[in-house]
Amino acid sequence: MQQVNERKITRRMNIRILRNDISKYIFLLSTLFGLAVLSILIYRIFSEGVGSFNLDFLTGKLSTQPERAGIMGAILGTAWLMFVVAPVTMFLGVGTAIYLELYAKKGFLQSFIQTNIANLAGVPSIVYGILGLTVFARAMDFGNIVLAGGLTMSLLILPIVIVASQEAIRAIPSTLSEASYGMGATKWQTIQNIILPVALPGILTGAILALSRAIGETAPLVVIGIPALLIPFPDGIFDKFTVLPMQIYYWTLDSALLAEYANLAAATIIVLLIALFILNSTAIMIRNKFQHKF
Amino acid sequence: MTLLTERQQTPLRMVENKQWRKPVYETNGLNLWYGTSHALKNIDLSIHEKEVTAIIGPSGCGKSTYLKTLNRMVEMVPDVSISGNVTFKGNNILGKSMPVEMLRAKVGMVFQKPNPFPKSIYENVAFGPKIHGIRNKTVLDQIVQESLQKAALWDEVKDRLHKSAYGLSGGQQQRLCIARCLAIDPEVILMDEPTSALDPVSTHKVEELIHSIKNDVTIAIVTHNMQQAARISDRTAFFLNGEIIECDTTTAIFNHPADHLTDDYINGRFG
Repeated sequence: MQQVNERKITRRMNIRILRNDISKYIFLLSTLFGLAVLSILIYRIFSEGVGSFNLDFLTGKLSTQPERAGIMGAILGTAWLMFVVAPVTMFLGVGTAIYLELYAKKGFLQSFIQTNIANLAGVPSIVYGILGLTVFARAMDFGNIVLAGGLTMSLLILPIVIVASQEAIRAIPSTLSEASYGMGATKWQTIQNIILPVALPGILTGAILALSRAIGETAPLVVIGIPALLIPFPDGIFDKFTVLPMQIYYWTLDSALLAEYANLAAATIIVLLIALFILNSTAIMIRNKFQHKF
Repeated sequence: MTLLTERQQTPLRMVENKQWRKPVYETNGLNLWYGTSHALKNIDLSIHEKEVTAIIGPSGCGKSTYLKTLNRMVEMVPDVSISGNVTFKGNNILGKSMPVEMLRAKVGMVFQKPNPFPKSIYENVAFGPKIHGIRNKTVLDQIVQESLQKAALWDEVKDRLHKSAYGLSGGQQQRLCIARCLAIDPEVILMDEPTSALDPVSTHKVEELIHSIKNDVTIAIVTHNMQQAARISDRTAFFLNGEIIECDTTTAIFNHPADHLTDDYINGRFG
């Protein structure tokens, strides 16, 4: 009557172990596929770009002559753009998250706003470009300056920052805020002293990852109209500007005319990748250093 | 076991010798609903100055809800409605006459699970005085030391005041939470099953602590542990299904309860 006996188990053992091994290699292969493509990409970029990647290239001005062209203008443009995007998204994003999580009454309006924020996170970036063109560049008459581009980019990544901040706030055990309210702290004192300090690492991680998305975005800036060849460096947020990914885009287009432009594009990609690598490492470091255990 | 019986005797004798104290909290006809579920039904109960009042009863009987009404924490639950009167030293706390922050500055709360802030031991105790406007470092130092001494924690933590509170054991964390309450010099401390997450030794220390601070502060404690109520309280209220069945001196409740339901509950015949 014994259904599970040793003979049956032994008979099926080999096939079970074989299946186990096969599945392991299938998953290994899918991991390797991504890695292989990434390695090819990085190899191509470095082999094409490393010849142009030198100090003159990093510090020089843009030029139509490939051998004289430098990327400093775009680096400064990207920096000025982040100078606008970082504070605007942090303030609006964290503010919205605090309001939705801690002040807004749970109800129809709150869930309506919540659903729309989630939807906005999925809207294509070019749509934000059209929004930025209409509102900031034309209606507010900023034109194609850093401020207009920065505000547009802020809108683009705002939903990501809001959702990340909300999650960071929600992850705080309610017993902590209860302890604070129980001591007679006001809501703002509780937010200031307990909720924000505890949620900050999570908020920063989300914000930095969102910034690295903004650094690599091109479409909204194409719509706002970034000049293809801009010689002077931008000196502030009211100047015309270009950014690293825009320069990659234009040089890749121009490589049909002059093959050397492709090398410049590859060298610019190296600069952009280094910037992204630094940002993402910072995010991971913040997450690991300040992680709270409750 | 001899230890327990010995401790059981002390508070009981004290009650017999003393006059009824004047009430700090008076509750009249308190009703509370969570949505449509009637959680507290017509509660009349007083909590007297510098006594330990134990609130006992089976799970879901409304004892924690009642406790949280006393510092209005219950209002943080969405969809809650309250009627009736609760006065704290003669002032109705359910009206808009007193800001809730003002009430909570005088009424501390200790929760079921130790919930220190993710800050240093010092910052945990200094939190209350700081939010109520004390900035002077010397004063803060003094408050922190005194509160930790009252909570019988000073000797264990004095060398690591600026280390994280999360490095303490569960029992030490709970005593730190009591010290945090004591730092704002409250008139009442509400304790919601403060030892249910602790081991017997830590429980014993918390009970000793309650015993040592009861001459300075009024304590209302919700507990599941009948022996604990008998050991530490002067007066006991028995809640069942949102109603108050009986409230009397702890001696009376445990020796000759007026209601047979109380008798059944404390003798473990239900609950």
